[in-house]
Amino acid sequence: MADARGFLKYGRESTYYRPVEQRLEDWKHVQGDFPQEKTQEQAARCMDCGIPFCNNGCPLGNIIPDFNDLVHRDKWEDALWRLHSTNNFPEFTGMVCPAPCEQACVLGINQGPVTIKQIEWEIVRRGWDEGWIKPVLPERRSGRSVAVVGSGPAGLSAAQQLSRAGHTVTLFERSDRIGGLLRYGIPDFKLEKWTIDRRLDQMREEGVAFQTGVHVGVELSPGELRKSFDAVVLCTGAEAPRDLAVPGRTLAGVHFAMDFLTQQNHRNAGDSEDPSEALLATDKHVVVLGGGDTGSDCIGTSHRQGARSVTSLELLPQPPEGRHTSEPWPLPKKYYFNVSSSHAEGGERRYALLTKGFEGDEEGRVRVLRGVKVEFDRDRLDRPLPPTLREIPGSEFELRADLVLLAMGFLHPVHEGLVEGLKVSLDPRGNVQADTRGFATNEPGVFAAGDCRRGQSLVVWAQWEGREAARAVDAYLRGGSRLQSRNAFV
Amino acid sequence: MAHHAPDCRVHGRPSLAPAQGLYDPRREHDACGVGFVANIRGEKSHEVVTKGIQVLINLEHRGACGCDPETGDGAGLLVQIPDAFLRRECTELGIELPEPGRYAVGMVFLAQDAAAAASQSEALEQLIAAEGQRVLGWRDVPHDPGAIGWLAREGMPCVRQVFVAAEGAEARDADGFERKLYVIRRLAEKRLGEDEEHFFYIPSFSARTLVYTGMLISRQIRGFFPDVRDPEFESALCLVHSRYSTNTMGAWDLAHPFRYLAHNGEINTIQGNQNWMRAREGTLASETFGTDLPKLYPVMRDGASDSARFDNALEFLVLTGRELPEAVLMMIPEAWENRDDMDPDLRAYYEYHSLMLEPWDGPASLAFTDGRIIGAVLDRNGLRPSRYVVTKDGFVVMASEVGVAEIAPENVLVKERLHPGKIFCVDLEQGRIIEDEEIKRGYVARKPYRRWVEDNRLILSDLPAAEVPVDKAPPEQRFHLQQAFGYTNEDLKVLLAPMAVHAKWPIGSMGEDAALACLSDRPQMLYRYFKQLFAQVSNPAMDSINERPVMALYSPLGTEGNLLEETAEHARMIRVEHPLITDEELEKLRRIEAPGFESRTLSCLFKVADGGDGLRAALTHLCAEAERAVSEGASILILSDRGVAPDLAPIPMLLATGAVHHHLIRKTLRTRCGIVCETGEAREVAQMALLIGYGAGAINPYLAFATLEELVEDGSYTPEELDVEAAKKNFIKANDKGLLKTFAKMGISTLQSYRGAQIFEAIGLDRDLVAECFTGTASRVSGVGYDVLAREAAMRHARAFPGDEFQYPELDPGGLYQWRARGERHSFNPDTVSKLQIALRNGSYEDYKEFSRLTDGDAETACTLRGLFTFQEGLRPPVPIEEVEPAAEIVKRFCTGAMSYGSISLEAHQTLAVAMNRLGGKSNTGEGGEDPDRFVRDPNGDLRRSAIKQVASGRFGVTSWYLVNSDEMQIKIAQGAKPGEGGELPGHKVSETIAKVRHSTPGVGLISPPPHHDIYSIEDLAQLIYDLKNANRHARVSVKLVSVTGVGTIAAGVAKGKADGVLISGMDGGTGASPQASIKYAGMPWEIGLAETQQTLVLNDLRGRIRVQTDGGLKTGRDVAIAALLGADEFGFSTAPLVAMGCILMRVCHLNTCPVGVATQDPVLRERFAGTPDSVVQYMLWVAEEVREIMATLGFRRVDEMIGHSESLDMATAVGHWKQKGLDFSDVFARPDVPHAIYNCESQTLVHELEQVLDQKLLRMAAPALRDGEPVEIEVPICNTDRTVGTILGSEVSRKYGQEGLADDTITMRFRGSAGQSLGAFCTRGLTFEIEGDTNDYCGKGLCGARIVVKVPPGSTFDPSENIITGNVVLYGATSGEAFFQGVAGERFAVRNSGADAVVEGVGDHGCEYMTGGNVIVLGKAGRNFAAGMSGGIAYVLDEDGGFPSRVNHETVDLDPMQPEDFDFVQRLVRKHFLYTRSEKADDVLRKWDAMAPKFVKVFPKDYKRALEERVEAESGNG
Repeated sequence: MADARGFLKYGRESTYYRPVEQRLEDWKHVQGDFPQEKTQEQAARCMDCGIPFCNNGCPLGNIIPDFNDLVHRDKWEDALWRLHSTNNFPEFTGMVCPAPCEQACVLGINQGPVTIKQIEWEIVRRGWDEGWIKPVLPERRSGRSVAVVGSGPAGLSAAQQLSRAGHTVTLFERSDRIGGLLRYGIPDFKLEKWTIDRRLDQMREEGVAFQTGVHVGVELSPGELRKSFDAVVLCTGAEAPRDLAVPGRTLAGVHFAMDFLTQQNHRNAGDSEDPSEALLATDKHVVVLGGGDTGSDCIGTSHRQGARSVTSLELLPQPPEGRHTSEPWPLPKKYYFNVSSSHAEGGERRYALLTKGFEGDEEGRVRVLRGVKVEFDRDRLDRPLPPTLREIPGSEFELRADLVLLAMGFLHPVHEGLVEGLKVSLDPRGNVQADTRGFATNEPGVFAAGDCRRGQSLVVWAQWEGREAARAVDAYLRGGSRLQSRNAFV
Repeated sequence: MAHHAPDCRVHGRPSLAPAQGLYDPRREHDACGVGFVANIRGEKSHEVVTKGIQVLINLEHRGACGCDPETGDGAGLLVQIPDAFLRRECTELGIELPEPGRYAVGMVFLAQDAAAAASQSEALEQLIAAEGQRVLGWRDVPHDPGAIGWLAREGMPCVRQVFVAAEGAEARDADGFERKLYVIRRLAEKRLGEDEEHFFYIPSFSARTLVYTGMLISRQIRGFFPDVRDPEFESALCLVHSRYSTNTMGAWDLAHPFRYLAHNGEINTIQGNQNWMRAREGTLASETFGTDLPKLYPVMRDGASDSARFDNALEFLVLTGRELPEAVLMMIPEAWENRDDMDPDLRAYYEYHSLMLEPWDGPASLAFTDGRIIGAVLDRNGLRPSRYVVTKDGFVVMASEVGVAEIAPENVLVKERLHPGKIFCVDLEQGRIIEDEEIKRGYVARKPYRRWVEDNRLILSDLPAAEVPVDKAPPEQRFHLQQAFGYTNEDLKVLLAPMAVHAKWPIGSMGEDAALACLSDRPQMLYRYFKQLFAQVSNPAMDSINERPVMALYSPLGTEGNLLEETAEHARMIRVEHPLITDEELEKLRRIEAPGFESRTLSCLFKVADGGDGLRAALTHLCAEAERAVSEGASILILSDRGVAPDLAPIPMLLATGAVHHHLIRKTLRTRCGIVCETGEAREVAQMALLIGYGAGAINPYLAFATLEELVEDGSYTPEELDVEAAKKNFIKANDKGLLKTFAKMGISTLQSYRGAQIFEAIGLDRDLVAECFTGTASRVSGVGYDVLAREAAMRHARAFPGDEFQYPELDPGGLYQWRARGERHSFNPDTVSKLQIALRNGSYEDYKEFSRLTDGDAETACTLRGLFTFQEGLRPPVPIEEVEPAAEIVKRFCTGAMSYGSISLEAHQTLAVAMNRLGGKSNTGEGGEDPDRFVRDPNGDLRRSAIKQVASGRFGVTSWYLVNSDEMQIKIAQGAKPGEGGELPGHKVSETIAKVRHSTPGVGLISPPPHHDIYSIEDLAQLIYDLKNANRHARVSVKLVSVTGVGTIAAGVAKGKADGVLISGMDGGTGASPQASIKYAGMPWEIGLAETQQTLVLNDLRGRIRVQTDGGLKTGRDVAIAALLGADEFGFSTAPLVAMGCILMRVCHLNTCPVGVATQDPVLRERFAGTPDSVVQYMLWVAEEVREIMATLGFRRVDEMIGHSESLDMATAVGHWKQKGLDFSDVFARPDVPHAIYNCESQTLVHELEQVLDQKLLRMAAPALRDGEPVEIEVPICNTDRTVGTILGSEVSRKYGQEGLADDTITMRFRGSAGQSLGAFCTRGLTFEIEGDTNDYCGKGLCGARIVVKVPPGSTFDPSENIITGNVVLYGATSGEAFFQGVAGERFAVRNSGADAVVEGVGDHGCEYMTGGNVIVLGKAGRNFAAGMSGGIAYVLDEDGGFPSRVNHETVDLDPMQPEDFDFVQRLVRKHFLYTRSEKADDVLRKWDAMAPKFVKVFPKDYKRALEERVEAESGNG
């Protein structure tokens, strides 16, 4: 470690965001440039802990102290290698990860944690700028073929790892472009799509075959799939959204958030669309149900589309600011008042409200949301207990709503089609049944990784799933694997 | 000729119990008092014998007794054949003795069983006859069994003397007869001595000397052997020995003196010495012995004590033709390697002999005699005390202490001490003392040694460079090799980079909690299965920095000549200055063409696909190749693992080296070649040490060098200005230093002695593998064999050669030093640390249980041996948990570990103390002293003082008041994270307040030396225990040891030294800073050490006397329960309570940057400390609660009931792990099967003998002073058995008058005689000691305000300034007070003095070592290595001959001119000296002040000077 006292010299200085008024005018990354020297200075804050809790906090096991040190010493290329050794796509996590690593950072016990995410992004940005990131090709092909179904972060990781292990990989995507949730779920202002494209170029050169517009299970039968490939990895995501069974749900203008977000991503990509199908917030009073990342993406997108107002409603009461006692360091924070870049751009956030129904106009378009205030019992640590939900009599209210976006999370993968066709077993939550050692389903040669296996989660977990599943598949195909694992000596 | 011996009993055992469980009799140690009396003119008298016995009796306190107070560890004497007496006795028996010298007496111990004894006698007679000598008859030696203890009686052999007449040509002369007798004895020992059932031992068998010895206490010898009382029993010399051993089992054959010597000390390198001796047997040839020679083999009796084996070798050298003093000098040469001032001829003499025999290294005071010459010698360090007096009427009395024989002052001619490396000899035939110089001069002149050496001995660096280019690995290959040899990123960052940059070995903190090699899932380097042994108690660790002058790294390579001859060819060896050789140097060796040298390179690779069988086959082949090469004349074997390829993996170099080394020993070829390792493996100090320890003479770590090149090129961890050559040089230097430190840990001084000495033990290595490749090494948990080693090699190899498979091109992250997600398992990891902190924050026992579940782990996740243990339920009916003793009771057995205020912050230190005091447990000061402000209770009732006051080697702040304020005083011998080493508090952590508590200077770094300077052997420890008992009679004394092979026997020794408690610390755990090599490679898990301790104590019937505590990574109730079942009464925790207070194992304690304020003195960071006593209290109670749950299921109601019930433990049965499945713990769980065994310390109580001591008298006489502070004067005689005089009195003064004590001179005590050890120890202000006579070692130890004056008695005629008046290690750790000595002091005067002022008229070596305060004036000669490590205080030395500067260790001090204020100060103190002692020297100096004053040299520590200057600056700045 170059500077044992760096953390005493420098305070935390993190991502620069562009001014709100400026960034609302475009769809570009909300982050501004961060000076390289500053990044190096920030990296010096890393204490190179005896137990780097960040390393454990990161699902991928990114060896954070090592690359912090290398950055501090101006060894960017070495840092890039170190980063890539655990993370296929640092540019994705460096942009969209909620950074559980930073929440686990030891400095966070009594001061601001190291800006790990910013450093990660700067490393990979530098890597692309300098042309250090090149295709990595195996010595020889194994002669085995693998189909990876679904091209989200899990599928991409699995495909890249398997191809590097020498297998011939075909990545199937139902949509017209590769990227899954990265491409169509996350708005451009959080992840510009060229970042995906340049990575796909690398993978293409590494030999991964991309098959877009193929709905496996529908256009390609499960049987054919099994026959054509030595192994299949399901990375189809958890796409079945949680719905709201209330009167008025079917009114026009009440939509799943993902439909809304996907459209905008197509639009930004220059795709043509049927104006009659367009879901736009422009000049509308927008209500977003659900306070998670998807909800926040809806808020940012709505503002950029020119919404008249944006209100988000949460069933649970407003969580406290800062770290709640139930989630002490180094646990990742879940129960806390999160202000994302989109929240900072405007809109109102309201809490402890239950949506009872919608009312529409004569054309069947939603106009009003009806709801009621609710309250909950609290546990020992003062957290609301969801099962104790009680409506507060007399607290009914109405809210103007021209566009209602349901962002209440996802249940499990879509079962119809491939999952059923492959006859893979499901776990009690409806996810594909497979453990995290073998990632194998009950069907020999069929593996599952990512949200379709673990349920909705973070990009960083999806990447981990893809990598570990690739190792399992490699081991299945040749009896052992030399692909790295987060937890094993290789 | 069967005689009936009436008292021979059938039961009991005369020698040690056989090995069982973890107990191994080979680990026994002993130490003792040694002395002799001789009439210089060789006039025989009974008076000499009487005086000798008197000496023996006065040394009794240096011996010991065990569970039976009347059974001693052994005492004996050696005399010349008392011809007149024997002749008279034989006449009565009808035996006619030939003239003196033509007959021999064999003192023989025979079996108790009469029939067996008879057949043994008969067999001996046959042997005597077969060797052509004539048996004259037998005499039953009268002895009185009533005079000895029951235990000794049970094992008492049948004692007889056999008389043998010289016959035949071979025995024509006296030497020939002695040789014959030797052959007979060896044959008898081999034939009869190895019978397990029937005891047989020959104490002596000679025509010149006779030994009376046995399992006696010194004072019993007269009663037991009436012979020695007989007025006709005459001799001109009497050599005596009183033994202190670590066991209590009968051992009649271990009592000294042996045939040629009596030894006080320990031979650390004995295993290596024995191996080398055995290996040499193949090359020996002797004209005098001819064909008899093989009858003597093996030269050394296996299983005998180190002293006995030394005696064996010495006897062999003497009887094969060397003079006795010469043979002694060969085995214990003085330090010559770094002595530029030594006569070149003498140096050459030593070097020549070093080429044929490695030094026998270890602390030793050795008295030797062959009946004609009697002499003594000290080891090169002078670690043992030996004082002698020559009288005007022609006697010499030498002993471990002065005052052992009464000598009138006017009869004294000389009072001296043995000097390190100097030999002292009395030639009784010539009737004179022969000076060291004369003896050596004679030997040096005998042969042209210097020419032989200069003409024949080559020096590696002088050899011409090889013409062939060095085989360098190209960079791309380098990476493959790094992978194949298991390099990790950490190796680069944590190990190599610091070595390359700073030339120092890397430091880490917070101990070891990584999985043991035998439990890890990851492939381990074979080195990691080994742990270094280290010195504790029975021998001292050394200080490799300050005692560098006596240490050496050189080693000779080549073919050793016949030990029994001396020719020019013997010098044909290559001198290698450093064990690490560069690639270029290796090529020189490989291509050497000098006559007499031939190198052979042997490949150490195996076909990786063939697995364990392939590995084994490759080893067998390698050994055969080595044997063939040596037989064909190769003198240098280069074991090389170059050539790693896709199908070939390296044989672990350590395995290859050990296998070849032992194979060649077995073939007696080993001394015909040197072994050089050319290896890609070795890259850190511990690995180098292992290779050397198993036989390597030089190591070329080619890949480490190549990696250094990469490091420098890459620059990631190295500064730009560092070039490759400098990096390599630094790396070699770092290894050199580290090796010296590693040797020093065991108290070994030279690489040559360390080589092959096998100072290691293994954990979890298969016993058969160990027997083959590491013969003689302990491996107490058997397990991993060739298959696993091959698999580990294959795992590494696959990273280098993944074939078609993709391998991310990066080194493994490692995770051994810092946790890594993909790395080595650690028991403190993100999950366990955070879980515990969360549990405490939420006050949730459920969360705590989750923590303990994660911590305890299972076979899959185990980091520790206990991880694989299970509880055997059902042996007892379970009990309802309500019936189990409450947690509040159990926590009283809990302690926190010794963490000093200094290493951790005041906040953390006090929080622990308050918490433990609230619980009724104990916290520990650590070794940094404690602010007296904490001895007073807070208003809220909390007490911030630590119940346990530690006394460590630095003795920081150890005052009477400190000791009085303790419930327990703990002597720290070793600590888990770095056993065998001292500590260091870097200057930046020595704040104002810490300096105050430690009596030192702020900003100046503090060093705790590796050894306690008052503990160089077990009887010294007993003395310190005794001192502390005197210093606070109401507190317990405990001794902290570290788990290691043999710790059980040390613990037994501690129990016999009358400590109340012993702490067995594990290698795991450990807080604070330590060298990485020590954290990882020294010490054993507590499970093993504790089990061995328990088993040994129970076997010796000592368990009931002593409380056993254990610590080392204890975290959960399960840990505590296991510790109790293995034998612990009490339990120590360190890291876990720190974690409870917020520690997150940053492992930067040494950097002062702890971000949570625990281990830092930085005020900004200290503010971040967020720990509370409540959290520590809660944690302890939870642990206790968990213990209760386990107790309930196992059926124990009280902890006392479960202690030692190891049958309730079992090995986890479901172990299917690839590595763990072979592990075998049966020895750990073994329970000694002895009748009426006591398993805990409930039932016996220890009686200290403070009721009869002189201080009781002093207390009575000083009553007015104690009561009212009224001055008193006391006059009493004193002798050397009055030990630690004044200390009880001083403690009572402290108790009554606190830190301040009384007014000066309130209690004046006048003594006449020789005071025993530790006079005035820890004595406070108000006490004045005046001694007319002399004092022994440790006078004024821990002085804290008292005054000591020692002056020569009236009537003396010798010159005081030339004669010794006080012993070694005087004023050790003194914090204030004054001392005046009218004469010369021994070695290490005022060591670690931090505040006392002293005047002395001369000092031995190492004066003012480590001093941090106070003033010392030396009015005479100061020995070598003066002021080593001195960092404070000032010394003024009167240098009349100008030779002083060359004897100073200049590392930390300047020699400055005197300033006016210095003159005033010195004059004032010298005047005081004169006033108190009437010293002529002082008078002389004062009288000629103007001429004398300029001859004073001021020794001024650099750091101290700097700190003073800074203070002056700061003050003037403020003004």
